[in-house]
Amino acid sequence: MNTTPQKTNSPIEWEAVIGLEVHVQLKTQSKLFSGAPIAYGALPNTQACAIDLGLPGVLPVLNEACVAMAIRLGLSIEGHIAPYSIFARKNYFYPDLPKGYQISQYEHPVVSKGHLNVVFEDGSVKRIGITRAHLEEDAGKSLHEDFSHITALDFNRAGTPLLEIVSEPDLRSAKEAVAYLKTLHALVTHLGICDGNMQEGSFRCDANVSVRPKGQSQFGTRTETKNVNSFRFVEKAISYEIERQIHVLESGGAVIQETRLYDADKNETRSMRSKEEANDYRYFPDPDLLPLVIAPELVESVKKNMPELPWEKQARFQSAYGLSAYDASVLTSQKPLSDYYEETLQRAPEDPKLAANWIMGDLSAFLNKENISIEKSPVTPPQLALLLQRITDGTLSGKLAKTLFETLWEEGGDVDTLIEEKGLKQLTDDDAILKIIEKVLEESPQQLQEYRSGKERLLGYFVGQVMQKTQGKANPQQVNDLLKKMLHPH
Amino acid sequence: MLHTLSLSQLSHGLSQKEFSSVELTRHYLERIKRYDSSLNCYITLCEEEALAQAAAADKILATGSGGPLTGIPMAHKDLFCTKGIKTSCGSKILDNFISPYNATVVQRTLDAGMVLLGKTNLDEFAMGSSNENSYYGPVKNPWDLTRVPGGSSGGSAAAVAARLTPCATGTDTGGSVRQPAALCGITGLKPSYGRISRYGMVAYASSLDQAGPMTVSALDAALLLQVLAGHDSKDSTSLSRPVPSYSEKLTKNLSDLTIGIPEEYFTQDLDPAVGKVLQEAMSALERLGARMKSVRLPNTALGIPAYYVIAPAEASSNLSRYDGVRYGYRCNAPKNLLDLYKRTRGEGFGEEVKRRILVGTYALSSGYYDAYYIKAQKIRRLIREDFMNAFKEVDILLGPTSPTTAFKLGEKVEDPISMYLSDIYTINVNLAGLPALSIPAGSIEGLPVGMQLIGRDFDEMTLLSVGYQYQQITSWHQQQPTLFCE
Repeated sequence: MNTTPQKTNSPIEWEAVIGLEVHVQLKTQSKLFSGAPIAYGALPNTQACAIDLGLPGVLPVLNEACVAMAIRLGLSIEGHIAPYSIFARKNYFYPDLPKGYQISQYEHPVVSKGHLNVVFEDGSVKRIGITRAHLEEDAGKSLHEDFSHITALDFNRAGTPLLEIVSEPDLRSAKEAVAYLKTLHALVTHLGICDGNMQEGSFRCDANVSVRPKGQSQFGTRTETKNVNSFRFVEKAISYEIERQIHVLESGGAVIQETRLYDADKNETRSMRSKEEANDYRYFPDPDLLPLVIAPELVESVKKNMPELPWEKQARFQSAYGLSAYDASVLTSQKPLSDYYEETLQRAPEDPKLAANWIMGDLSAFLNKENISIEKSPVTPPQLALLLQRITDGTLSGKLAKTLFETLWEEGGDVDTLIEEKGLKQLTDDDAILKIIEKVLEESPQQLQEYRSGKERLLGYFVGQVMQKTQGKANPQQVNDLLKKMLHPH
Repeated sequence: MLHTLSLSQLSHGLSQKEFSSVELTRHYLERIKRYDSSLNCYITLCEEEALAQAAAADKILATGSGGPLTGIPMAHKDLFCTKGIKTSCGSKILDNFISPYNATVVQRTLDAGMVLLGKTNLDEFAMGSSNENSYYGPVKNPWDLTRVPGGSSGGSAAAVAARLTPCATGTDTGGSVRQPAALCGITGLKPSYGRISRYGMVAYASSLDQAGPMTVSALDAALLLQVLAGHDSKDSTSLSRPVPSYSEKLTKNLSDLTIGIPEEYFTQDLDPAVGKVLQEAMSALERLGARMKSVRLPNTALGIPAYYVIAPAEASSNLSRYDGVRYGYRCNAPKNLLDLYKRTRGEGFGEEVKRRILVGTYALSSGYYDAYYIKAQKIRRLIREDFMNAFKEVDILLGPTSPTTAFKLGEKVEDPISMYLSDIYTINVNLAGLPALSIPAGSIEGLPVGMQLIGRDFDEMTLLSVGYQYQQITSWHQQQPTLFCE
């Protein structure tokens, strides 16, 4: 199946039905069932112990920190926290799966029946059901590139804790799916249970997609698309898959239940394996682990230590800082972003809107351009805060502030020192500006004449001349006021 | 005649400097070299390591700071991981496997100052009742070299019986400590599930596997259990209950003791001669003050079918890791991944292991899971309830360990069902997670007969004290096979 989907003018109006399975890598010190450390990018096979390697005789011991994280998520989505859940073995053979089975949860997940309210671009809100969230261990990695005729294995990732969060098939378009995913991403990063790094695979998504004629209650046959690991690709992959399925159905074919792989380079999904080829995972309760019993006291103690949730933070940003809903939602879309904003505000509380504009504007543009995460921004919150304060107190003009920001980004340094050294200080002294105005008027008798005879728009010309003479350091408004005062003495 | 001494006598002799640990270790190493070629108890002999450990133990003993078992040699079933020493599990697939770590059981014996003579033979991955399923060849019964020693801990049982070690460890998933103990005329204890750590004990059926001591007497079993028992943070299923001082409480008066005799254990399935031996043992126990009471365990017959679903199901998953990828046997020149898996496992595993992997895979398959696995779990609960009901009326249960004495080598190899049935009295104890002790109680035509005592959860103490006191008034446990007396 490799037809290129084409848009057709169909008499039937189709509706997509989408459910997402998101694998959230939990931000812990050690693995789900062993004490081995988790460090991304470490030398191969240096982060795996006897347990992760599945040596004969080893046994898993549950990392309690992961349970607390699952409870955190469960509470945030108002889900059911199972007082009693079961770890099960998912059996299949693959070289990067050391034990020949993955320890996961099957019939009795730790969290079930939650929901997430997702705000779409048009401001509308939809409640998306979350079927379940369960704990499981990750596999290692098979490396095919860089080697000829062999597959190399890196077990560093083996045993890394994951929380798989499965949504109900409540999403109806690729855009809705992305909005849900972004909301979930903001949630898990705010909960402090995931670093949210999609490039490193800390937040991965599989999409279940089917289509049906609008109005039909029965679901169509679905496919599962794997390996969609950025918001952009999720949207593209789902859009492709919807169009592909519609095309298949409209050409009189049938959608096959199968697993498909998204190829970002070609922007298409390809069949990986059909239902018939699918593994029989032979799930059964893992006899090496006791049932996971969660006492109400544990849930209570997690509840007491819940961090502020992104939507709570968004509301606070709107009410406390007077931000628009849009600004507040952008700033709370990622925990590090909102942290950056609040750290800046702490030092420069005078103008929250100005801080928001700078972070969402100049800072974001620079970060995007150089593909740097905000945590690693060369301009730190204290630096930005001081810069903002120098704008508010009139030391810097908006234009000079941008120049200074660029210097801070490129070279770093102290804001006040740089203002001195580079002579970026705004000229605010009336007398000094008046002297320059007098000089400008002297040098432009012609224009002055015309102005006086009624050509008032020449005021802009004088302001421009003054700004030029001060190399932009004068405050244009102030120049404007002083000019008027001089040209129109009472 | 150092090899005729019990653990407590050896302990006394070592502390009194009557002999050194090195002398004792040499004595056993010499016996092994002299006799083991006819028995095949040991897969690996650790001569160098043993002598070094013995020398270290002697230093500790010289300062008077050793524990009760410091300097005493012992053997581990080759299912326990031993750092730097081959751990084969009796399988070709692990013939080249050297563990980088010690099982908790092994570490505990080393910490106690015990000396590891070697690793004993077993049915491959502990699957078997005759020790004929070993890649390293069968073990012979020291009482009759044409007969099996029982299994799966056949090497440990035969080694203790022939005094090729003062004591050994075994593992018991469906009777693998008790049945060979009975067939070789020694004392073997399967403790309650969770009493001894399973960490580093290579898994066969995780919910049933439990390590246990294999010794000459109940007192020796108590001494070794003391070293092995206790909570281990590396095993989530090990319990943190306190460990009693077993050897100090063995003389507890038995006059309040009621012993249950399950009707289902004395039917036509039992060799009448074995039944007769047990009648005599009951009389002896009555002389010690115990009362006998008939009880019912109505679901007994369901145990074997339930076991042969649950154990293979768990095994099919536990043994998936032997895939030729990271360690162990790998087939020669695999063509592709599937070929690697098929030939590595096809060539590396023996017939019985493959049979159980197939049975277990089938039982867990989609569409069969409810009919087999779930149903077997329900039966498992019923069997445990049977025991719980019986323990409302009685303190322990008494029955045979095995329906017959040791059978001939090769006799049941072609008939797995008849082989499975030799565990009919032991399997349900594993399904219920209870402790049980097998002690020598008589002899039929020169072959030992074992008596099984089954206790309440974590009541190893009562079993050991009944065994101990029985052994004070009988001498079956002191009998030695004549071939290996010298």
